[in-house]
Amino acid sequence: MTAALAEVGGGGLRGLGERRVVDPRAHGELLAPQIQRVLADAGKAPRDLGAIVAGLGPGPFTGLRVGLATAAAMGQALGIPAYGVCTLDALGRAAGPGRVLVATDARRREVYFATYQDGVRVTGPEVAKPADVPVDAERAVGEGAVKYSEIFGIPIDDRVLYPSGEALIALALGEIGAGAEGGVLTPLYLRRPDAVAATERKHVLQ
Amino acid sequence: MSDEPLVLGIETSCDETGVGIVRGHTLLADQIASSVEQHARFGGVVPEVASRAHLEAIVPTMRRALDEAKVTLNDIDAIAVTAGPGLAGALLVGVAAAKGYALAADKPIYGVNHLAAHVAVDTLEHGPLPEPAVAMLVSGGHSSLLLVDDLTAGVTPLGATIDDAAGEAFDKVARLLGLGFPGGPVIDRLAREGDRGAISFPRGLTAPKDFAKHRFDFSFSGLKTAVARWVEARERSGEPVPAADVAASFQDAVCDVLTAKALDACREHGVETLIIGGGVAANSRLRLLAEERAAKFGIRVRVPRPQLCTDNGAMVAALGSHLVAAGIAPSRLDLPADSAMALTSIAVAG
Ligand SMILES: [Zn+2]
Repeated sequence: MTAALAEVGGGGLRGLGERRVVDPRAHGELLAPQIQRVLADAGKAPRDLGAIVAGLGPGPFTGLRVGLATAAAMGQALGIPAYGVCTLDALGRAAGPGRVLVATDARRREVYFATYQDGVRVTGPEVAKPADVPVDAERAVGEGAVKYSEIFGIPIDDRVLYPSGEALIALALGEIGAGAEGGVLTPLYLRRPDAVAATERKHVLQ
Repeated sequence: MSDEPLVLGIETSCDETGVGIVRGHTLLADQIASSVEQHARFGGVVPEVASRAHLEAIVPTMRRALDEAKVTLNDIDAIAVTAGPGLAGALLVGVAAAKGYALAADKPIYGVNHLAAHVAVDTLEHGPLPEPAVAMLVSGGHSSLLLVDDLTAGVTPLGATIDDAAGEAFDKVARLLGLGFPGGPVIDRLAREGDRGAISFPRGLTAPKDFAKHRFDFSFSGLKTAVARWVEARERSGEPVPAADVAASFQDAVCDVLTAKALDACREHGVETLIIGGGVAANSRLRLLAEERAAKFGIRVRVPRPQLCTDNGAMVAALGSHLVAAGIAPSRLDLPADSAMALTSIAVAG
C-alpha cells in the first residue's frame, strides 16, 4: 500500500513525498491516515489536490477496493478528477527498455501478467498459472517473476518488485496535463466472483 | 436554519448500498442501490458480488443523496458509516469511502454499529427513543432481541437466533415453494390467500424446558425442516401442495414465536415500548400480531415504515445524529471495519 504526493507541471512531475506499508490486512484501516500524513508532511491539505491517481490492479480485490473507494470518494468530495491506471504498467515502465514480462503474485498459484516493449504494454493484463503464461520477453520483473523464476526460464530482474506511487502518477501525466475528465474506478478483476452462494448469510449477525 | 446536526450515513454491510442524510430527527435523503437481483439466482447474498456492487454504486448513490437533500458535503457536520457487523469485504468498501469523504471534506467520522442503527432509525419516524425499550431486529441477517437502555453507550443483547435468521427461513421456504428470492414479500402476499391454521408447524424454543437457557432465543431451522418434510410428503403422495396454506401456516409460526418472545422480554424488563426493525418488520402478519398482543399488556409498538426497516443509509445517519447530539467523540481515521462488531460498542471509540 502506497500513498504518494507529487507536483505536476510542464510535462513532468516533482515528488513531494511517499509512504509505503506492506501489510495486506491494514489497507482498510491505514490508507486514509497514510494519505493524510503524506499531505501533512508536505505542508498540504486535501483541498490543495488537483487530481487523484489510483492503481486499478490487477491485485487482491479487497485491497484494490479500499484504494479505489477512497480515491473515488476523495475525488467526488473535492470535485477533482480521479484517474485509474493499470498497476502493472508502473512496473513495466520501471523495467526500462527491451521486451519485458511483468508478473505479480495472484495467489491460488497463479500470476497476473502483461508484456511490455520499451515500457509500453503490448499484451495483457491477464491471469494464469505460471506454466500457462506465454513468455515472449527477454527478461521478467515483479514478485510473481521472482517466485516462479524457474518456470518462466528467462532472466529475472529482481530490482523491480512493487510499483511506486510516483510511477502511478507518471502514468496519468497525459490525462492530468490535458485536464481530462476522471473515469469510473473499477478494479481490473480479471476473475469472475466465485459463483458459490453464501449459504450462511451474515451468520455472525445473530 | 436549525442548529441540529446535519449528518450523513453510509451503509454497505450486506447487499444494499445506502446513503442517507438527516438533520436531527428529520430525514432529508435516503438513497439506495441494491444488488439483490444479482444474488437472486444463488438464493442468497454472494459476498464478492456484493462488494463489487458497493464499489460501483457508492459515488452515484452519494450524488443522488446530496441532490435529494439539496446540500453539499461541505455543509455536513459529521459522517457516520456502518463499521459492523456484516460482510467483511462489503463493510470495507463503505468504510473506505467514508474515510475518503471525511478526509477530503475535513469532517468527523463515526464508525457505528449496524444493529444499533436499525433501532435508531425509528427516531426519524416517531421522534426521540423512549428508554428503556426492547428492540426486535428481524431480517435475512439478524434475529435479535435487545434491551436498549442508552443508545449512546451500548445495548444489551437478550437473545438471538441459534441457527437461521428469521428472514433466511422465509427465503428457504420460498425457494421450497418455488417462489423466488427474497422470500419475505412473496410469502406475505401468498399467505393472505391461505389458512394460517391449516397446518400446525413447530414453534422453536418455546417448550417449558427451553425457558431457562433460551427464553429469548430463536430457532427457525426445525421449522424450515418441518415445512420441507410436509411439502415432500405431499408431493410423494401425489397430492397437490396447497402453497398458500403452507405459506400462511409457516408465516404464522414465525410471527407467533417472534411476538410472544418480544413481549415476554418487554414484561420481564418492565419496558413499555417495543421497537421492531429489519426487513421482516415489513411483514403484515408480524405487525398485526405484535400490535394485538402488545395492546393487551399496554405496550406500545413502534415500527418504522418498510423502507426504513430494511438496510439503508438513513438509519446510519440517524444513529450518527444521535451520537453527535449526545456529545460522543468521533472515531479516528484509522477505524477498522469489524464484521463481528459487538453490541457493547455503538460506535468505534475515538
Ligand atoms: Zn440490517
